[in-house]
Amino acid sequence: MKVLVTVKEVAEADDDFSIDGTDIAESDLEYDLNEWDDYAVEAAVQLAEADIADEVVAVTIGPERAEETIRMALAKGVDRAVRVWDDAFEGAFPDVASKIDVFEAVVASEEPDLVLGGVQAADTGFGATGVALAERIGFNHAAVVNDLEVDADAGLANVHRELEGGVEELTEVDLPAVLTVQTGLNEPRYASLRGIRQAQRKEIAPMDLDDLGLDTTDVESTLTLTAMYEPESESDAELIEGDAGEAADRLAEVLREKGVGV
Amino acid sequence: MSVLVVADHRRGELRDVSYELVTAGRELADALDGELAVAVIAGDTDRFAESLNRPGVDRIYTVENGEEFDNTVYTAAVTELVGRSGATAVLAPNSVNGLDYAPAVAERLDIPLVTDAIDFAVDDGLTVTREMYGSKVETTVAVDGDQFCLTLRGGEFAPAEGVGEAEVESVTVDHPDSGARVKGFEEVGGGDVDIADADVLVSVGRGIEEEENLEVVEELAETLGATLSASRPIVDSGWLPKNRQVGQSGKVVTPDVYIAVGISGAVQHVAGMKGSDTIVAINTDPNAPIFDVADYGIVGDLFDVVPELVAQFE
Ligand SMILES: Cc1cc2nc3c(=O)[nH]c(=O)nc-3n(C[C@H](O)[C@H](O)[C@H](O)COP(=O)(O)OP(=O)(O)OC[C@H]3O[C@@H](n4cnc5c(N)ncnc54)[C@H](O)[C@@H]3O)c2cc1C
Ligand SMILES: Nc1ncnc2c1ncn2[C@@H]1O[C@H](COP(=O)(O)O)[C@@H](O)[C@H]1O
Repeated sequence: MKVLVTVKEVAEADDDFSIDGTDIAESDLEYDLNEWDDYAVEAAVQLAEADIADEVVAVTIGPERAEETIRMALAKGVDRAVRVWDDAFEGAFPDVASKIDVFEAVVASEEPDLVLGGVQAADTGFGATGVALAERIGFNHAAVVNDLEVDADAGLANVHRELEGGVEELTEVDLPAVLTVQTGLNEPRYASLRGIRQAQRKEIAPMDLDDLGLDTTDVESTLTLTAMYEPESESDAELIEGDAGEAADRLAEVLREKGVGV
Repeated sequence: MSVLVVADHRRGELRDVSYELVTAGRELADALDGELAVAVIAGDTDRFAESLNRPGVDRIYTVENGEEFDNTVYTAAVTELVGRSGATAVLAPNSVNGLDYAPAVAERLDIPLVTDAIDFAVDDGLTVTREMYGSKVETTVAVDGDQFCLTLRGGEFAPAEGVGEAEVESVTVDHPDSGARVKGFEEVGGGDVDIADADVLVSVGRGIEEEENLEVVEELAETLGATLSASRPIVDSGWLPKNRQVGQSGKVVTPDVYIAVGISGAVQHVAGMKGSDTIVAINTDPNAPIFDVADYGIVGDLFDVVPELVAQFE
């Protein structure tokens, strides 16, 4: 069985950031592997270690900078990676459909039995890619999976879907399938030094739209980011000033007024 | 230019967001100068239809199909009802189940999708307000297309009230065999304490960095006679049991005092604690969204502030 993992490099805003046009200023962003995808990578690697998967391939849509992130996935045990980028993506706000045009083409050439991705990308927080992809490629799917057991012989994945309010749905999904992975599914490993060394020799195949048989009209987005701003605070919070001692003194006073610790 | 809203229900109960969707759907329908239809799929459809028959709803479609959610059925049913109602806008909940079918519906209909909307406006076209970067910023997104699918964040619109005059129509929908079958449910939690019972909660987040550092907040909780709760990453890491998790997928708590220590205030966390009487936040990041729901805030390092606070009570 072959597993494809979608892996996104996400941007996180620094504590102090400024907005430049319709995005956070580049100098105020840090890049990292999306937290949810880290769990998806771990799930895929565990399937390989259990001899359920014979190959794990990661795919990302991202600029050259993203190779650092995808290299981390390789260091954790992913066999090889595909990185898709094209000038058409530069500065765009891609909609879900344009990303799955790309993933669809990669699925067509890789022919995975299972696709794992994250529940959401931490930066844009769409939470939609995996389920839309499943629909496009005719796979079954389950979103927000926090427990996974693959029964390759039966062609099934037994999953828990984490619903709201501490309730989990027990669901049986026929393979091939796309599953979106929730944090807490497993304990993502740290890359070992050996893993990091080995990752240097693993392949990250760069591809553009042409290589995938697509053109820029396929990835034209229906969405445009028209404004970004800091939300107006609705709270009239009292910000307690001073050094730690002074702040603690004032907070203790507040808490005592509320009857706490008395 | 009509609007189709999809109700959210689970284990025999409509979820609150369903009524909020009716309000949002009516607003959108007014802006588009069209009708509002509500889809009730599976479960106790007649009872749900009656509850959702609120002023402003023109039509309710019921699709009988088992008790529980099934993404194959939902995708087929919503797509069918969009055709039948001529809806140009589909409004679904941004719930765990909503996110299990709305992207598939948008894809099948080949229409734009925007998730987790907190507001919208219609001028030349649709513009959606939503957050990014862990709620640190708000954005507006312009949608190019006459037809679209939106998922709505819960708690942003007032629930619709009153009794309406909608026509209820029962519809049969053909669908393929389900590729994802619900076998049952499991309640997680239980355990030693019920954080929902506590009057005072000291709640710890990823700012604590290491499991060994939990002592710092444990000591505070003990000193104040408070119960210790946590944000999700602490539970995901196995540092505290699941029954201590506050938030959308954990517990909803409403203590007298909630002290958030090193918690950023992601929407899924805030959903579980915003009803607390008094909220205190300690965080190094002045832009952390937790300060937007806090009554008292200290911008500072928890490793400096918390021990000082403990000392105040000793
Ligand atoms: C479907 C779904 C359901 C979810 N359900 C839940 C849920 O039920 N509950 C929940 O909590 N989350 C939930 N989440 C996760 C949520 O999106 C966030 O990822 C999570 O709440 C972040 O936890 P945090 O604030 O502890 O960590 P972070 O967001 O990493 O924040 C850590 C904070 O600590 C601060 N900090 C760092 N160092 C210090 C220091 N020394 N002193 C003081 N402050 C410091 C930082 O400035 C930062 O603000 C859910 C997500 C999804 C997609
Ligand atoms: N540019 C991308 N490259 C690789 N994977 C992506 C990309 N965008 C989204 N994904 C995958 O889809 C998941 C959900 O993302 P989203 O729907 O954008 O919130 C992520 O956790 C990734 O697994």
